[in-house]
Amino acid sequence: MMSSEEWQILGLTVRTAGLATLLILPPGLLLAWLLARTRWRGKSLVETLVALPLVMPPVATGLILLKAFGRRGPIGHFLHDTLGLDVVFTWRAVVLAMAVMAFPLLVRSARVAFEGVPHRLEQIARTLGAREGRVFFTITLPLAARGILGGTLLAFARALGEFGATILVAGNIPGRTTTLSLAIYQLVQLGQDEDAFRLLAVSVAVAFAAVWLSEWFLRGRA
Amino acid sequence: MRTICLVLSLLAAVPASAAELQVFAAASLTDALKEIAPEYEKATGDKLVLNLGASSTLARQIQEGAPADLFLSADEAKMDGLEKRKLLLAGTRKSVLSNTLVVVVPVDSNLKIAGPADLVAVRALALAEPQTVPAGIYAKEYLKSKGLWSKVIDRVVPTENVRAALAAVESGNVDAGIVYKTDAGISKKVRIAYEVPKAESPNISYPFAVLAGSERKEAARKLLHYLHSPPALAVFRKYGFLILE
Repeated sequence: MMSSEEWQILGLTVRTAGLATLLILPPGLLLAWLLARTRWRGKSLVETLVALPLVMPPVATGLILLKAFGRRGPIGHFLHDTLGLDVVFTWRAVVLAMAVMAFPLLVRSARVAFEGVPHRLEQIARTLGAREGRVFFTITLPLAARGILGGTLLAFARALGEFGATILVAGNIPGRTTTLSLAIYQLVQLGQDEDAFRLLAVSVAVAFAAVWLSEWFLRGRA
Repeated sequence: MRTICLVLSLLAAVPASAAELQVFAAASLTDALKEIAPEYEKATGDKLVLNLGASSTLARQIQEGAPADLFLSADEAKMDGLEKRKLLLAGTRKSVLSNTLVVVVPVDSNLKIAGPADLVAVRALALAEPQTVPAGIYAKEYLKSKGLWSKVIDRVVPTENVRAALAAVESGNVDAGIVYKTDAGISKKVRIAYEVPKAESPNISYPFAVLAGSERKEAARKLLHYLHSPPALAVFRKYGFLILE
């Protein structure tokens, strides 16, 4: 039913979005926990910075990434010269754009999930002699797991549809950086609306599944 | 209601002598048109609104009903598409301008490109999207004629339009790009490494036409005529366009 090219596009999209989600999971959870459980100077500034990609024009975020990770940008220059690694216009840039755009969604959901864990249970664990690490992995994390999973799926869904930042930093290179949303755009440009509609249907189906699962986790129904 | 009527009558009362023309033009024409537009506006009182982009994108917008008065395309195929759909004002289509393809590299690059064959050594080559955008289609045609397309296809970084390909080279994020000579001419951050000789170049031509859907056909015709007149052609020539005929 789907052509091999369409499978390739779907595969690339799911792989890059999946990798982006995995990459932001450790720092995202750490930050969410810090925001939920600790108080520190500059916290509100960090909160705001993290939320920025959610409300900024994706193209603006893309431009910042392009300038930072381009071969002449501070980070891109370093990667190119020391590791011989190009980011801009490669699949790495797709992952990068997706990760940055999905990060706030993960942090927000995970933070709410951590905040929902009763302090009392953590206290009890501590009085029973558990260290902080053990409290986190045996009490906090399992109790927040549903919310975190829901947030992770939401972040994944956001990554799947990323367009504005991606087209700036990764370009639209068939077989290498063309994700579902870029392919749809490309097909509309070509005037191949029927093919665009097929990919549209695919992206609706994938997004529906991801959001539906995410809601299911977040609602906490068994 | 009365206010609405008043506003409508005011809008209708704009004199016919001050038309606002929507000009959909290929990105490569950007700088020449920006120089021509104020002159024309001063001389006629008409106002030009430029919508610049890849000819493919613009043709697509016109097909979808965008309110364009004039279309200045960078290839005949896009114009053919509109003509087939009867979207052009009959008898107004005319091609006068042509262009030259060049290979550009960042100005500080030490890449040696003495001919097209050297492009196979390039890690990333920016082209306007080679399936849809005229500059990309021309570049692909040229590379195909040299038997190089299949060798460079893996390094091609397709861009939205020819100016985006130029920008990619300017930024240094790609090693080289193929653009029009007129684009290379406006940038201080790139240098021309190789110019495609006229005899080896695909046939580049810029058809202009008034659109059938225009509501200011007379003003549009007048502008079209002006764009093919000596003062306008002098500006195009200054930017490096070739004049056919």
